[in-house]
Amino acid sequence: MQLLQLIISGIAQGCIYGLIALGFVLIYKATETVSFAQGELMMLGAFGGLVCMTLLGFPYWLAVISSIAGMALFGVLLERLVIRPILGQPAFSIVMLTIGVGYTARGLITMIPGIGTETHTLPVPYKDQIWNVGALVLNVEQMVVIGSTAILCLVLFALFRYSKLGIAMQASSQNQLAAYYMGIPVKRLNGLVWGLASAVAAIAGLLLAPITFVHANMGFIGLKAFPAAVVGGFGSLPGAIVGGLVIGIVESLAGFYAPDGIKDIAAYVVVLIMLMVKPNGLFGEKLRKKV
Amino acid sequence: MRFIFKTDYGQDIKLAKHGGHVFWYGALMLLLVAAPWLFAEYWLAQLTFILIYAIAGLGLMLLAGFTGLFSLGHAAFLGVGAYTQAVMTNAGVPFPIALACAAGLSAAVGLVIGLPALRVKGIYLGMATLSFGFIVEEVFARWEKVTGGNSGIHIKAPDLFGWKLNSGGEFYFLCLVLAVGSTLAILNLLRSPTGRAFVAIRDSEISAQSMGIHLARYKTLSFALSAALAGIAGALYAHKLQFISPEQFNILQSIDLLLMIVVGGVGSVHGAFLGAIFLISMPQAIALVKDYLPAAIGQAPGLQGVVYGMVLIAFVLFEPLGLYGRWLKIRTYLQTFPFYRKGMFKRQKSFQKSDRLK
Repeated sequence: MQLLQLIISGIAQGCIYGLIALGFVLIYKATETVSFAQGELMMLGAFGGLVCMTLLGFPYWLAVISSIAGMALFGVLLERLVIRPILGQPAFSIVMLTIGVGYTARGLITMIPGIGTETHTLPVPYKDQIWNVGALVLNVEQMVVIGSTAILCLVLFALFRYSKLGIAMQASSQNQLAAYYMGIPVKRLNGLVWGLASAVAAIAGLLLAPITFVHANMGFIGLKAFPAAVVGGFGSLPGAIVGGLVIGIVESLAGFYAPDGIKDIAAYVVVLIMLMVKPNGLFGEKLRKKV
Repeated sequence: MRFIFKTDYGQDIKLAKHGGHVFWYGALMLLLVAAPWLFAEYWLAQLTFILIYAIAGLGLMLLAGFTGLFSLGHAAFLGVGAYTQAVMTNAGVPFPIALACAAGLSAAVGLVIGLPALRVKGIYLGMATLSFGFIVEEVFARWEKVTGGNSGIHIKAPDLFGWKLNSGGEFYFLCLVLAVGSTLAILNLLRSPTGRAFVAIRDSEISAQSMGIHLARYKTLSFALSAALAGIAGALYAHKLQFISPEQFNILQSIDLLLMIVVGGVGSVHGAFLGAIFLISMPQAIALVKDYLPAAIGQAPGLQGVVYGMVLIAFVLFEPLGLYGRWLKIRTYLQTFPFYRKGMFKRQKSFQKSDRLK
């Protein structure tokens, strides 16, 4: 029973990692750039929800929708303003650029007087409720995380499988030049992908906020989502979620059975082993360049 | 304008290309040697920090700027060097032997982390080094018997076979000698076949391989050398602060090191020094300007993060060659005055190169 309990809380944590990793993978697949600002985008999303609920007094659902929409818009703008001018430059410069964006976002939030330096709780309707199923004690917050992730995955799957937009995104992720020749507006799609990734990050932030707290440094959890993306194979959407679940469960089990301190580095040990054994991840594609 | 008339192949690899180099670097050297008598104690300490960071920056520059492998966990090598030095010095080992051990152990760790670098590249390598950095930080915090855990560890003054370097001035000379030595070593390395091989790997792995460069060997060598320099810098850092604890070697320190070489100019030895000057003088500059800003901005705790982030974004967007690139432009402008054209340093347009194909 205890094992099951641990696994369930691991899955809930893993869903958060998976959602942030999903943002990385979306951006990586579409534009071949790696965003180190994903954790900070999540933090901004959580703060957006907080501001909507407490300062503006929106009802819960409206606050969620408006903060997700706001973050999507922010993502599109970010792509247009700072990412697009240096597309085609080495990956290293884009990594540094997104690190800079992350620094700036964290610093700006901290600078807001009264809000930035404090930790807040997000007033959600399902706060501190518990379901008893047999001998299991299920935390509603964790169930909401798992449920929302499942729904989001279905929505994304449908988007990429059936909608014209999703198919165009797949095409441009496989070969930007060929997609452009086919009349797909690749640049605009890149903007939309950043918007989508930011929206997913905002959802992750809103789901994580009731479990932990809302504070300026919550973006550091993004650093644990990288292992998730790598374990799943950096270019695979289902891989990101599966990788997140693997990391979440390993961490949860390590926290209980292993000595102190192992929990914090479990994710990194897993990713190092993964890189040595199977560098392309669980679902990664293996291609070789022809000269 | 200066024309260099070449009469000898040896001129191509000379360190000082012409009289101007000899004069200006000589003047800089004189200034640095005279610094303890010219500057107050506080500024001398800042100068020492610049030299220490420049040594670490040289290491990272060799790896990221010249071999094209970027490391997100370089603070770990700094930490390995610092802790080795602290433990050995406190056990009574003389400074040069402890320093050699710090550099050697860092290099050995660099070799180990270089191994995955043979199989992975680009972002995967970043992940591997990032993970490695977190693991090393946790080891520092948990291995309490040796490292003192989170409460940190004190370190005695360096001991050069009985000659204790207690004052700031003496320690400054030690750093200066090591910094100049490592710079000359790096410059020498870069004009040797090994250094040329590194640059070839950076520009294209496939073509380097076709030229007969053993990728695995040179990549691990680059990691080991880079880590050894970081280890030396770490050892000096430990002596300078006299107290080290695990959180000095976390991810933020690694990012600071990367920020340093990006701002200084990736792919130039000058860049390591310019970046170090930037990194050390920035907090001072912010502290100076702070009082003139409105209190809501000036006294906010996030100001430094915002400034760092903005500077990083601005450099990547507008000056990808960093401070050294900017200096090159100014110098060319002055040398060719009034014939400088705007497009002289224009970045080449390039198509997105796919990383997914190896």
